[in-house]
Amino acid sequence: MSNIPDSLRYAKSHEWVRVEGDTATIGITDHAQAELTDVVFVELPETGRVLAVGDNCAVVESVKTASDLYAPVAGTVLEINAALADTPELANDSPFGEGWFFKLQIDGEPDTAHLLDAAGYAAEIGEA
Amino acid sequence: MPKRTPLYQQHLALGARCIDFGGWEMPVQYTGIVAEHQAVRTAAGVFDISHMGEIWVGGAHASGFLNQTLTNNIELLAVGESQYTLMCNEAGGVIDDLYVYRIANEAFLLMVNASRISADLHWLEYQASNHGEDRSVKVENQSEQTGAIAVQGSATPLFIGELFHGDGLISVKRPGDLVKNQVDAWNFGTGVVYVARTGYTGEEGFEIIAPNEQIVALWDAVLEIGRPHGIVPAGLGARDTLRLEMGYPLYGHELSEEVSPIEAGLGYFVKVDKGKFVGRSALMKQKDERPKKKLVAFKMRDKSPPPRQGYEVYNNLEARKDLKSIASAGLKPQDADPVIGTVTSGTQSPSLSCGIGMAQVHIDRAREGTAIDISIRGKRYPATVCKKPLHKKQ
Repeated sequence: MSNIPDSLRYAKSHEWVRVEGDTATIGITDHAQAELTDVVFVELPETGRVLAVGDNCAVVESVKTASDLYAPVAGTVLEINAALADTPELANDSPFGEGWFFKLQIDGEPDTAHLLDAAGYAAEIGEA
Repeated sequence: MPKRTPLYQQHLALGARCIDFGGWEMPVQYTGIVAEHQAVRTAAGVFDISHMGEIWVGGAHASGFLNQTLTNNIELLAVGESQYTLMCNEAGGVIDDLYVYRIANEAFLLMVNASRISADLHWLEYQASNHGEDRSVKVENQSEQTGAIAVQGSATPLFIGELFHGDGLISVKRPGDLVKNQVDAWNFGTGVVYVARTGYTGEEGFEIIAPNEQIVALWDAVLEIGRPHGIVPAGLGARDTLRLEMGYPLYGHELSEEVSPIEAGLGYFVKVDKGKFVGRSALMKQKDERPKKKLVAFKMRDKSPPPRQGYEVYNNLEARKDLKSIASAGLKPQDADPVIGTVTSGTQSPSLSCGIGMAQVHIDRAREGTAIDISIRGKRYPATVCKKPLHKKQ
């Protein structure tokens, strides 16, 4: 069973979002990292880039495949997790912690209606 | 409905993640590709390769027939020996790459790629029907009834002998006595199984070919006797990273009917002096004239995403100062900076901790040490053409 923290919101494409004030932190779920295994490279958006919901904005590469990441909420890229450049395995070891991908500056209340809560995501991946 | 090997339930019980591989539901990994890769490089791993095809060729003139159908020289094989070889069409394109085992003087076991079984059979039967002077050659597809496992890693000679009692039925006493490319047979359960000192990982190891009914017992026994030596089940993911570090080709990536063994750097396995064989004149011409493209191995120079099949190869940006003069001569940028090749396979090397791959490149860019660029999602990353194998045994 994967770890699915209650405090986060989830996209069906396996990104998680943590909203704190006007900042949204984004990463990939425990389920996603387990499916990918052995993350060897993460390509992140440039800071300052403006993302709309669903924008293809990052690539996570495992030994076997390259997978695209989509912006779960809209905003401007504020900061990227520079540690992933040298230690991409953080995405495997700590998907909700040190393995976060990037932070967005959001304008006002983010639109999260399309996102799932923990129970919804668990159902989505067949672990409900 | 995908096909499953006799080991499907074993894979599930071991927690494998299965993928479709050419119509077969095969384990891509159990615990993780990197861990399985390292286990094979440092101790031992066992792979299910039951999806591969087994075709028997026999009859009074089987050796003569095979020598006219395959590129390597079958007369170099004594009974109990095997060789890597290729089956080509008249134009020299590769129909399949395979191992041929000489089990008896005129009985050969061909181990072929799963995806090519029907193409191979079709070609072998067509050639047999053309083999005018003699209709005695018998081609028999045993793939459905036969399974196989690959036991690979430096520790494998330490325990492989515990699998079988008694002497080999062909020439050696114990499996550990087999030398590279040698094959023998042992009784196992109610069947006869073939054990060859061959593999696709670059490590010491054995491949065991057996009737389906024996495969589960063999697999379980290998895991049991190998446990004190650190054996793990290994999936197709590790099989791919291991073979890529060695620069071994994989059909559908490095090889196809549009690529010749010469272009794939496999000229050693094409014995043009042995006499007539299918594709000989085309291959001789290529050997003489120098092909236009060549398969090379390469290593990424810096941190980069792993290269993948289909990525374009360019001249290295730094090494192309000369292109300025080409540009000033009024040529278009695509003339000054053309695509010089295509990646055929790529991955992140667990042993080297960098991106590695193979690519088909223009012959002038194929020399060892040549700086090239791999284009990954529109960005260029530098790489270096390297000698095979990319990983050298410690």
